Amino acid sequence: MNYSDTTIVAATTAPFLSLEGVRKTYPGVVALDGFSMEVRPGEVIGLVGENGAGKSTLMKILGGVTRPDSGTITVDGVAHDGLTVEGSLGSGIAFVHQELNLFDNLDVAANIFFGREPLRGGPLKLVDRPKLRTQVAPLLKRVGANFSADTPVSALSLAQQQMVEIAKALSIRARLVILDEPTSSLPLAETDKLLDVIKALKAEGISVIFISHRLHEVERVADRVVVLRDGMLAGTLPKSAINHDQMVKLMIGRMLKEREKASEAAHAPGSVALSAKAVRTGAYPDRPVDLDVRHGEILGLAGLVGSGRTELARVLFGIDERFGGNIKLDGQELALGSAADAVANGIFLVPEDRKLTGVLLDLSIAENISLPNLPAHARHQLVSASAEAATAEKQKSNLGIKAPSVATRTGTLSGGNQQKVVLAKWLAMNPKVMILDEPTRGIDIGAKAEIYGLMRALADAGVAVLMISSDMEEVIGVSDRIAVMHEGQISGILDKDDFSQENVLLLAVGKKPK
Amino acid sequence: MSKKDLGLLILILVVGAVVAIINPRFLLPINLANTSNLIGLFGILSIGQAFVIITGGIELSVGSVVALLGTLFIDFIAVREMDWPLAFVLIIVLGAIIGLVHGWLITRLKLQPFVVTLCGLLIYRGVARFYTADGTAGFAFGQNFPELEFLTAGRSYGVPNSFIALIVISIVMWVVLHRSVFGRYLYAIGKNEEAAKYSGIRTGRVVMAAYVICGVLTALSAIYFAMYTRSISPASHGQFYELYAIAAAVLGGFSLRGGEGSLIGVLLGTVLLQELQNLVNLLGIPSSLNFAVMGGVILIGVLVDQQWGVFRARRLMLDATRKGAAGAPAE
Repeated sequence: MNYSDTTIVAATTAPFLSLEGVRKTYPGVVALDGFSMEVRPGEVIGLVGENGAGKSTLMKILGGVTRPDSGTITVDGVAHDGLTVEGSLGSGIAFVHQELNLFDNLDVAANIFFGREPLRGGPLKLVDRPKLRTQVAPLLKRVGANFSADTPVSALSLAQQQMVEIAKALSIRARLVILDEPTSSLPLAETDKLLDVIKALKAEGISVIFISHRLHEVERVADRVVVLRDGMLAGTLPKSAINHDQMVKLMIGRMLKEREKASEAAHAPGSVALSAKAVRTGAYPDRPVDLDVRHGEILGLAGLVGSGRTELARVLFGIDERFGGNIKLDGQELALGSAADAVANGIFLVPEDRKLTGVLLDLSIAENISLPNLPAHARHQLVSASAEAATAEKQKSNLGIKAPSVATRTGTLSGGNQQKVVLAKWLAMNPKVMILDEPTRGIDIGAKAEIYGLMRALADAGVAVLMISSDMEEVIGVSDRIAVMHEGQISGILDKDDFSQENVLLLAVGKKPK
Repeated sequence: MSKKDLGLLILILVVGAVVAIINPRFLLPINLANTSNLIGLFGILSIGQAFVIITGGIELSVGSVVALLGTLFIDFIAVREMDWPLAFVLIIVLGAIIGLVHGWLITRLKLQPFVVTLCGLLIYRGVARFYTADGTAGFAFGQNFPELEFLTAGRSYGVPNSFIALIVISIVMWVVLHRSVFGRYLYAIGKNEEAAKYSGIRTGRVVMAAYVICGVLTALSAIYFAMYTRSISPASHGQFYELYAIAAAVLGGFSLRGGEGSLIGVLLGTVLLQELQNLVNLLGIPSSLNFAVMGGVILIGVLVDQQWGVFRARRLMLDATRKGAAGAPAE
């Protein structure tokens, strides 16, 4: 007999958590489709999948935030139809989210025991600080913390803050800790510390679900890898079979499928419109980016969430500060101190967050469309309502914006129509470079196709189009070239002949394409 | 005129009618002239405040600015015997500079408007008191400035010229706020500064301009107040005026979050506030209750407005559900 350690554990103990046939639908989308998995005590599960594969929904179900439509969740031998937030916490499931939920104005101890502080007797119910400290110390030791309990959280690095989150999880006697993309914003050295903490948890018999896009980290810590694809279990890899290529293969599934031929006729690429040289962003100030977008092409910008695509777009649009490097438009260097500078040069951005930055929900369609170019709709600085309406009417019929009139409040429109308003305000101004950040997110299929058509029409008219997208099929179907970002840098640029989901994904995780 | 403004106008007329019935002296020309003079003085101040509030900011220093610039103005023309038009221009420029500094601190150095202008409130008051060595700035016996006095404290056809000045300024500022490119930018920034920035608007400059406008109008009203009281003790002159201005704007339908409010609204708000002051005097209510009456009316006004909004939203939803239920296919 030659059992490895993990096999013994797996063979001798009942699973702490098991999911069976869990299904969850949202209007128009099946987020999870009969998903099953189990987690044994002391087991580290790597959970991987593309953006939109259903990981977030699964987390919400485990956290008790949403109920599945059907299926069974068994925790510690007790079967449930769905969990509540209290139920999830009470049975020892703890989350450490990508965005940390710490009060950075409080110290470590106060954060760990927030709302559960040990109190002194007496009518004032003051916090018993010495007792608090003695309770926190062993927790910090268990996560290998090198900082003390009275350090303010604002003075900690990201990895240290994550240790605080994990200590918080331990303080509620967690039996399963779910880490959601914990390393996505960590520098490499910090990542190692975090992986050590995971190993320490495992040694204590605590189970871990480790969700990450960084496959080499999954390789290092996971006992078993569960791959999600399109809401279904794409496969499970035992420790011996965990390797990068296997994971990628399961994640995209359609690797062997014939490459999708883009329907659009390829046309001769134009001259370079927008050129970024050694541009560095606030997200990755140590990683210079070079990128050229040509007239008449749609350049897809792919990469995993957090790879620095949005930050790059914001720097190119002048909204974020540029940390070095230069940007040229048609060979002319641009200062780009603000979005106003970019707009004056014909560089436009359709931002990721439509409702917060794309449109002004309280203004009418016409007012939104004229806003960036208001002086052109005014005589002697006085706004001409008729000029505004004329521009808006033209764009409304061009783009097929569905609204009773151009005086309709933009906030009352559907997501797709709001996005068309964002596009309309730029189309009315003769774009040279159009940057679109997740242009079809949250938009129904019909409007999606229209927006693709618009992008192609823009490119055909000589506009340089840069499209950021996390939707693999969109990137491959729409782009003429694909640039892929990985941890703040362009890891590769694919020409049409090399387009494949596999290549994009390989570049996105920092590997060489095939 | 929006529905909100109309409601406010009706309230002003109803309160006026009630006061007139109880005490007919309300309608005497002398009382109306006095009240409209005060409306003129406070109105100019409140319009300035409104331009700042529309951007989501606040200007707490206006009372102290009224004291400081008023003191300086009287000092310039009475003690230093400067030509009054020159002094007038100097004061307006000083007002603009104060606004520019506030705007610069807020937009470039990212300080909070409340903090910046609160410090202004303390600083300008202190400087004004120091400048006169805590004494009173006033005219010497027999000093006369006939043109200036006519323009500021005089009357045309029985109407105070300060009120006429307010009307002229209101018309100009109405056009600026409701018809100009700049006015649209102000509303856009007040509604959502980020989105305005993403539309290529230089939001910093626009916000700074709003503070400059406020500074200029405050300086103008400082001159009017100085010529109205004719002597200024900087320790108390203009105290709480910032609150009158903010109250007028809030009564007039401005949201302190920005992006909401109309010029007619802030005018009507000023009128109502002065009507209430007058009411306290005329109805024999102890003048110590002055502030309490004002506070009470503003609270009730804002409450009614808020509840009306909630009521309307609920009715809309009920209508929608009823329609939805009727439209559902019958089984």
